[in-house]
Amino acid sequence: MTVLGSLMLWLAFLVGLWGTLAGFVGGLQGRPGLAESARQAVFVLCGALVVAVVSLEWALFHHDFNVEYVAAYTSRNLPTFYTWSALYAGQKGSLLFWATVLSGFGSLALLLTPRRQRPLLPYVAAVVSLVATFFISVMLFGHASPFERLAYTPADGTGLNPQLQNPGMVFHPPMLYLGYISITIPFAFAIAALVSKRLDVEWLVAIRKWTLLSWLFLSIGICLGMWWAYVELGWGGYWAWDPVENASLLPWLAMTAFLHSVMIQEKRGMLKKWNLGLIIGSWLLSIFGTFITRSGVISSVHSFTQSSVGYFFLFFLLAAGTASFALYANRLPLLGAEAQLESMVSREASFLFNNLLFVGIAFSVLWGTLFPILSELVQGTKVTVGPPFFNLVNIPLGLALLALTGIGPLIAWRRASLPNLQRQFAVPATVGAFTLLILLVTGMRDVYALIAIALGGFVSATIVLEFARGMRARHRQYGEGYVLAFARLIARNRRRYGGYIVHAGMVMLFVAFAGMAFKTETEATLRPGESVSLRSPYGSTYTFTHLGISQYDALNRQVTAATVEVQRDGHKIGLLSPEKRQHVDSFGRPTFQPSTEPSIMSMLREDLYSVLGGVVNGTEQAVFRFTINPLVWWVWYGGVIVALGGVIVMWPGGGSPAVKRTQAGYAVKLVAEAQ
Amino acid sequence: MNAGTKFAIGAVLIVGSVGYLMASGVRETGQYFLTPSELSQKIAVDPSFYNVGMKVGARVVQGTVTKDLATRTLRFQVTDGRARYPVEFRGLPPDTFTDSVEVVVEGRLRQDGVIYATNVLAKCGSRYEAVPKA
Repeated sequence: MTVLGSLMLWLAFLVGLWGTLAGFVGGLQGRPGLAESARQAVFVLCGALVVAVVSLEWALFHHDFNVEYVAAYTSRNLPTFYTWSALYAGQKGSLLFWATVLSGFGSLALLLTPRRQRPLLPYVAAVVSLVATFFISVMLFGHASPFERLAYTPADGTGLNPQLQNPGMVFHPPMLYLGYISITIPFAFAIAALVSKRLDVEWLVAIRKWTLLSWLFLSIGICLGMWWAYVELGWGGYWAWDPVENASLLPWLAMTAFLHSVMIQEKRGMLKKWNLGLIIGSWLLSIFGTFITRSGVISSVHSFTQSSVGYFFLFFLLAAGTASFALYANRLPLLGAEAQLESMVSREASFLFNNLLFVGIAFSVLWGTLFPILSELVQGTKVTVGPPFFNLVNIPLGLALLALTGIGPLIAWRRASLPNLQRQFAVPATVGAFTLLILLVTGMRDVYALIAIALGGFVSATIVLEFARGMRARHRQYGEGYVLAFARLIARNRRRYGGYIVHAGMVMLFVAFAGMAFKTETEATLRPGESVSLRSPYGSTYTFTHLGISQYDALNRQVTAATVEVQRDGHKIGLLSPEKRQHVDSFGRPTFQPSTEPSIMSMLREDLYSVLGGVVNGTEQAVFRFTINPLVWWVWYGGVIVALGGVIVMWPGGGSPAVKRTQAGYAVKLVAEAQ
Repeated sequence: MNAGTKFAIGAVLIVGSVGYLMASGVRETGQYFLTPSELSQKIAVDPSFYNVGMKVGARVVQGTVTKDLATRTLRFQVTDGRARYPVEFRGLPPDTFTDSVEVVVEGRLRQDGVIYATNVLAKCGSRYEAVPKA
């Protein structure tokens, strides 16, 4: 089967090269035969890669340990669930996964694109083929083929790293990958529009949905990553500003900026240059993220092993960046704005500031991530910046963004009048002020947390008000009950109200982030019967009592677990059982280092987070770390609401006003052309 | 003043504050990332490097790790092949910490020649890849 897999990689490589060539030549010379051939090439590419994936999975499931990849990432006693996900657990497999998914998305894009955007498709096919061919060539020429065989056959494989044996880890990488990969589609459309000079509103509609999809995957992927880091790594937090985390945030920021500014282009024909720049930038950042993860140039806890694969990505990043920005610069004269900014107090202006903030945040994150390299180049000494830097820079910028989240959607287009401002903002501003007052009275003194939660109140009020207005209007006009009016309001205007739901989720996230300012923790060495207390930021006292240690064997691991009783203000509320796990292979030999398995009690107001540091040899005396993490629950549910809002915005059919308007505009153009 | 100019002022304000925040962020939170031999050279030239927060990237010297679980104290030595420093850390080390891994030690070098660490990161290059079989 590995022979078949290798063969398929070569086939895909050749077909990919052909698709690239045929697409560009066919498009530029207007030869429909070649253009069609490029389209077919993407389908063949996809087919070949799917066969390659199937043959790798076949080797994984049949424990063919003669295959190096299978021996390195699986073992006989690895649960099936994780055997399946070993496909993307390692560098080589993930490259294959990436190329396959890209060709799949490319095929979908080619099949689903409406007839009127046909002229763009040869170039789309060419760009998709080119990017996929790059990934395949890394496998073939960078010693990264997952089908390489060993000179001998081990009796059992090494098994999957215990930290990856977590349900979150089965879904987190593919979600992030789906996000990273699908950005290639809007990028391909952008390049297609630039090459073919068809820079009207049509391509923008094609691009917006794909960007949304990619944004949605990336958002879910980032949230799952936070969740995994929180429940698995045991350091007690969910975001550490690690280079690899930053790498996933960068394209997300650029895309979020795009999804906002694209509205201005649709409504007012402004910002065309900016939007195209953002799309190209998002794509380059996603490749940059892949480079960071794989090259090991920046030390990160997430990196794959340092390897020559990094050079391939660096080269590709530089070549693709230069080529796309050269093309972009060449086409700039065609991207003039159709309107001017009329007033600072307008939705356009608030969106522009929103974009500047997103890009500013992205820039500072990029800067901080690359700072060790930059400082070494400039000064000769490596200087690093860590979480304090990112917090110092991004908390104020993030809070400004949060304020705009409330202002932007309500302020009038073009020019807002004073009565308009009063009508829209009197109530929300009062709610925000009241929130602040209540927090101050209850004794909260952290400035950023105060601002964050007060702004949260302000933004929530604007959202509630918008829903209330819409529902009342429907109630009056159609006599609908309020529940029905609520549902129809969202269904009839998915972009707008879906967007508000995303904003509501973001408010929850911001409030939850503010909660982390009040994190408290303690470390303790306890004998059975001994206890330690920790005071929560809400004033209650938690007591953790060590009850004892138990040891047992599970499927593929030896577990040492502590049992800890938790009391709140003297009342028992439950048990925690943090573990140390030693994973073993099917012969009982230890594999990997012992791993820590935190035990978490999650509540609405706070999480109790416990870690077993170790057991003193031969006794039941154990070392613990207990942490009270306020409002963590809200991060996960905020994330779910953001994703839900994203799905509503994306939901096909119904026809958002923008699409209709674009279609109407197109009809007018057709009529004009016909005459 | 037209809207374009006003917007430009707003934009300059935002860009300026991003720039200011970044510059002050680097100034206030930037830490040297040194190897043990770089650290010993700096210290020899400029004693003000004592008691300065920094990160030291090095390899743990095999056989030097002593762990006292009860007091949660971890002592070990780090080296880059030339210079060698003892490290003391109070707290729970990460799962990946063993002797002979690469570590990033965050802390201060005191006059007694010991690096007192506030954080130890085990930079296991093969974090997600199994240790290659010899």
